[in-house]
Amino acid sequence: MNETLKVVGLVKEYDSFRAVDHITFAVNQGEIVGLLGPNGAGKTTTINMILGILEPTIGSIEILGKNLKEHRTEIVKQMNFAAVYAQMPGNLTVRQNLYVFGRLYQVRNLTEKIGFVLHDFDLDAFANTKAGLLSSGEMTRLNLAKALINEPSLLLLDEPTASLDPSVANLIRERMKNWVAETQTTVLWTSHNMYEIEAVCDRVLFLSHGKILLTGNPRTLPAEHGKKDLEELFIGVAREPLSFL
Amino acid sequence: MKDRCMSISRIYAVFLRQVFLIRSNPTRLVSMFLWIIMDVILWGFITKYLGSLGRDTLSFVNIMLGAIILWGFTTRIEHGVMTTFLEDTWSRNLINYFASPLQIDEYICGLVVTSIAMGICGLLLMLLIAGLCFGYNIFAIGFYLLPFLLVLFIFGIAIGIFVSALIFRLGPAAEWIGWPIPMVLSVFSGVFYPVSNLPKFLRVVSRVLPASYVFESMRAILMNRLFPGRLVIYLCIGLALSCAYLLVTYFFFVRVYRYNLKHGTIARFNIE
Repeated sequence: MNETLKVVGLVKEYDSFRAVDHITFAVNQGEIVGLLGPNGAGKTTTINMILGILEPTIGSIEILGKNLKEHRTEIVKQMNFAAVYAQMPGNLTVRQNLYVFGRLYQVRNLTEKIGFVLHDFDLDAFANTKAGLLSSGEMTRLNLAKALINEPSLLLLDEPTASLDPSVANLIRERMKNWVAETQTTVLWTSHNMYEIEAVCDRVLFLSHGKILLTGNPRTLPAEHGKKDLEELFIGVAREPLSFL
Repeated sequence: MKDRCMSISRIYAVFLRQVFLIRSNPTRLVSMFLWIIMDVILWGFITKYLGSLGRDTLSFVNIMLGAIILWGFTTRIEHGVMTTFLEDTWSRNLINYFASPLQIDEYICGLVVTSIAMGICGLLLMLLIAGLCFGYNIFAIGFYLLPFLLVLFIFGIAIGIFVSALIFRLGPAAEWIGWPIPMVLSVFSGVFYPVSNLPKFLRVVSRVLPASYVFESMRAILMNRLFPGRLVIYLCIGLALSCAYLLVTYFFFVRVYRYNLKHGTIARFNIE
């Protein structure tokens, strides 16, 4: 299998606090991997390091076979992200935002591409609406449209469906699953919704106190650890991390 | 880092975002130009009145309005860089930008290009008003106008980058440092009076400010106390100082960026 993302011995320290503690993992092409863990476990810190907006203290990140630190611009052109804490600027319209970010990612046939993603995410009617006026669901769709505008090989989704109602969240999940099936995009997905993780992820990594405690198939992992479902396993990892070491 | 090639497409994207912002809300134009228009009108009337009390009215108008226009240009350039950066902090866009392929050099270039466009528009508007309302002729300065503008332009960019770096390092609240900086610098730059009017210990500050060489030279030209050799030396010092500041502030911004990368400030910038 082709490894799209390879993280080796990654550490992030803030003064004496270690947010991420020697984590090593790989994600293969076309795989959707869930990054799970309680608040403060180090998920967003890990994602930020993979995005290149946070410098690791130690360790290396390889994306598409290239070292992120040395080839950042070249690599980042082939990846993208959507996160609940990184919304598109509300003072530009949907189309203007997609145009600006399409230019940043040097997307070819940009106007045509914008038309496609607007249609794919049911945003045609909002093309000329300022992003700040969109509802949570529409804003999430815009963030995802921006995240897919460059047809990334690696997609990082940090709680993409947080604050959405179950119906919209379900639509988003289906859309993303279809996209991955069609394009063989690699996805690293964080969520606190265990139902979502079970529905979309091929594999999960459980993080607690900056360490990876568990890894495996979200559908079989709970039984392997004597838990009835992923949620119970999550609670166990969050409350008694030492028992999983 | 092996990514060294700058992309015009990405620089254009930074510029284009500002064009979209201005187009979408014309009040931005008001904030860009209202102050400089008011400055020219207010000082136009003041100088006209003060000039009428003396003998050499034309020279007085030319000196004061020339100073207002050239300093307004510098201020516009500085504010242009700063407000472009602030627009990204206000809309929490830094994380989107820096998680994209945009390089720090390209981002700074985008700020500067936007500022050039704003600065030139501001300059033309000030010249138009000063010319039509007060009979001011910028070309009275002659050939030296171009090097004057160049020195002030580079200095304005340097201050803008410095202030943006401060905001980037200290958080959005630091924008209040940026607004009054041109006013503070005008005290030492001899914009409205000769540097010799300052107490001796403050003249030391003037000597390291490129703008003071421009305004001293401008007064010398308009008051017919022109010593071409000295003027060229003044302009060379002004230009060298401006370029040095530009280089230093550029490295300062890049250093702040690297600091923020290390400390995770980009992702949580708006809470600083």
